[in-house]
Amino acid sequence: MSIISSFRESARAKPIIERIHKRDTGPVSIMEFCGGHTVAIFRSGIRTIMPAHVRMISGPGCPVCVTSNGDLDRAVALAKTPGVILATYGDMLRVPGSEESLMQVKAQGYAVEIVYSTLDALALAEAHPEKEIVFFAIGFETTSPAAAAAVLQARSRELRNFSLCSVMKLTIPGARALLSMGEVKVDAVIGPGHVSSIIGADAWRFLPDEYGIPVAISGFETLDLLAATDALLGMIEEGKPDLANTYSRIVKPGGNRKAWDAVQQVFELREASWRGFGNIPDSGLALREEFADYDADRRFDIQVAPAPEHPACRCGEVLRGVAMPPDCKVFGSACTPEHPLGPCMVSSEGSCAAYFHYQRHQL
Amino acid sequence: MKHKQILLAHGSGGSMMHDLIREVFLPAFDNPFLRQGNDQAVLDNPGGRIAFTTDSYVVQPVVFPGGTIGELAIHGTINDLAMGGAQPIGLSVGMILEEGLEMDLLEDIVRRMKRAADEAGVPIVTGDTKVVERGSCDKIFINTSGIGIVPEGVVIDGAAAKAGDAVLISGSIGDHGVAVMSERKGLRFDTPVTSDTQSLHRLVARMLEVTKDIHVLRDPTRGGVATTLNEIAMQSRCGIEIEEELLPIPPAVTGACDLLGLDPLYLANEGKLLAILPEEHADAVLTAMRAMPEGAGACRIGRIVADMPGIVRMKTGIGGTRIVNVLTGEMLPRIC
Repeated sequence: MSIISSFRESARAKPIIERIHKRDTGPVSIMEFCGGHTVAIFRSGIRTIMPAHVRMISGPGCPVCVTSNGDLDRAVALAKTPGVILATYGDMLRVPGSEESLMQVKAQGYAVEIVYSTLDALALAEAHPEKEIVFFAIGFETTSPAAAAAVLQARSRELRNFSLCSVMKLTIPGARALLSMGEVKVDAVIGPGHVSSIIGADAWRFLPDEYGIPVAISGFETLDLLAATDALLGMIEEGKPDLANTYSRIVKPGGNRKAWDAVQQVFELREASWRGFGNIPDSGLALREEFADYDADRRFDIQVAPAPEHPACRCGEVLRGVAMPPDCKVFGSACTPEHPLGPCMVSSEGSCAAYFHYQRHQL
Repeated sequence: MKHKQILLAHGSGGSMMHDLIREVFLPAFDNPFLRQGNDQAVLDNPGGRIAFTTDSYVVQPVVFPGGTIGELAIHGTINDLAMGGAQPIGLSVGMILEEGLEMDLLEDIVRRMKRAADEAGVPIVTGDTKVVERGSCDKIFINTSGIGIVPEGVVIDGAAAKAGDAVLISGSIGDHGVAVMSERKGLRFDTPVTSDTQSLHRLVARMLEVTKDIHVLRDPTRGGVATTLNEIAMQSRCGIEIEEELLPIPPAVTGACDLLGLDPLYLANEGKLLAILPEEHADAVLTAMRAMPEGAGACRIGRIVADMPGIVRMKTGIGGTRIVNVLTGEMLPRIC
């Protein structure tokens, strides 16, 4: 516990904040790619103490938020399939699909179970041999090793009633898509901490090398984020974009080989549909042919109609960093955490929810 | 009891129900009011305004580190009276038991209720028991109501907070929530966190001895400190500013919350109060609170402000600010 509190000490933050204020960079926009960072930045009040010329914007790093309506509708259809128990993470339940949310489906009496880990979903499969357990797998590289482990475990335990509906996505193709669109000016990137613990800090080297954008991998404590921001401003000040790893206590240059190998063993790349971005090639994880028995897409014939998003919702633009949550006409009025129109207002890591919960007094 | 489990017949009104009352409830709750065996308790009226409250307890699991549903049901209702400045004079206990409930568990809960009521010096003056079919409730639900007397000159009201008032808390934040959550999820921590369930009417009486000029008292139970402060900010149409560095959050609670993705400010407390009172009395009241075991950890956490009515904001550890919102929906653990 004392290790954690030492990262929250205000005395240690002060000199870093002073240095940030002295950095002579001109106007800069720093984007955090990770939803966990978005929340941590709002909770710690970092935005409120930044100098006026440093603008912090959120990127497409909330896994619930980038899940497209079409994929949500597929989850709803799976949950309504006779004999199926759909297991998923709690954040997913309240996100409205094109017609209804999983929570509404659950209220109608269909079996939707909140699980805290993929192993809970396996336990469900063991406890209900007469049912089909489908795990609706969302998330980025951080959660993918657990999904891979579940499939490998299911195979070794010979569980025949467990399958995965994978809508898992990879952050690097997402980041490349965002930068290639060129809609939003990004001068520096706070790199995701837990994603990088799996794929390694070096995976982000393309940002300085190809785009000339400095990147600092950060942890989730206040001091981590301040140190990462300071490192980024330092690189901008010196005109030397590079990769900094300010979360080296967790993130290694090469990541977690064993975890990533498990992901490679079970999954292959495929095109994935991202809310706000459309289809991005090679940005999703699909089960390999060898694991077809555990692939819900192959086991169940689910067809869903093309799914439009709510006409007033601007989650897509928010996810691309083009619009800030308050730019959206329905923010805080028709769209609130109690009655969300889009996922960014639902997920605990969504930008709209973070704005609403922590910063709406400054609008 | 000769039966090891509660049967439907224990609620039938027949001889088995009388056995249950005679062998389990009466020996534990024994007092002159119950001994009369009437359909109601008749209490003396010591004069003054009467406070009356009711609350139902459905906590799951019913046994958790530091207590059971039994203590909660006693302390919770006493505390609801105390938050109006009232001194409790009697409680009712209504139990709804699920068919199949272990008799040992029921007897343990009843013993603990008796102990909690004795320690608080508040008699259980009337009661009722029903048994429902298996699946119609979860083991045991308890409703307690309470009556108390509000002393002359005491006007405590959620709408009475004034700009400039100090915001005090009587001790650490989040213990009960973590205790229940860890039991529910089967988690064990190096430093076990136990529920803070306790009655607060003596602490309130002591505070009122220092000054009757206390504007608001609230126990931050379900929804936690954040939700309770938001309720006060809305009722009193004022702003509240708290300081992150002043919040008494035990390291074990912080650690458990980090692990589970929870925020201590939204966790239930069952033996703590928030007090809002004029700044000029704050130091004297704090000193008196700290002299009592219930208030040993009392401290100041913020102040009432005139701007941003209805909004609770926090000065963060690094000097930034953010809103402390009400809880929306259930607290969910993080997913990555």
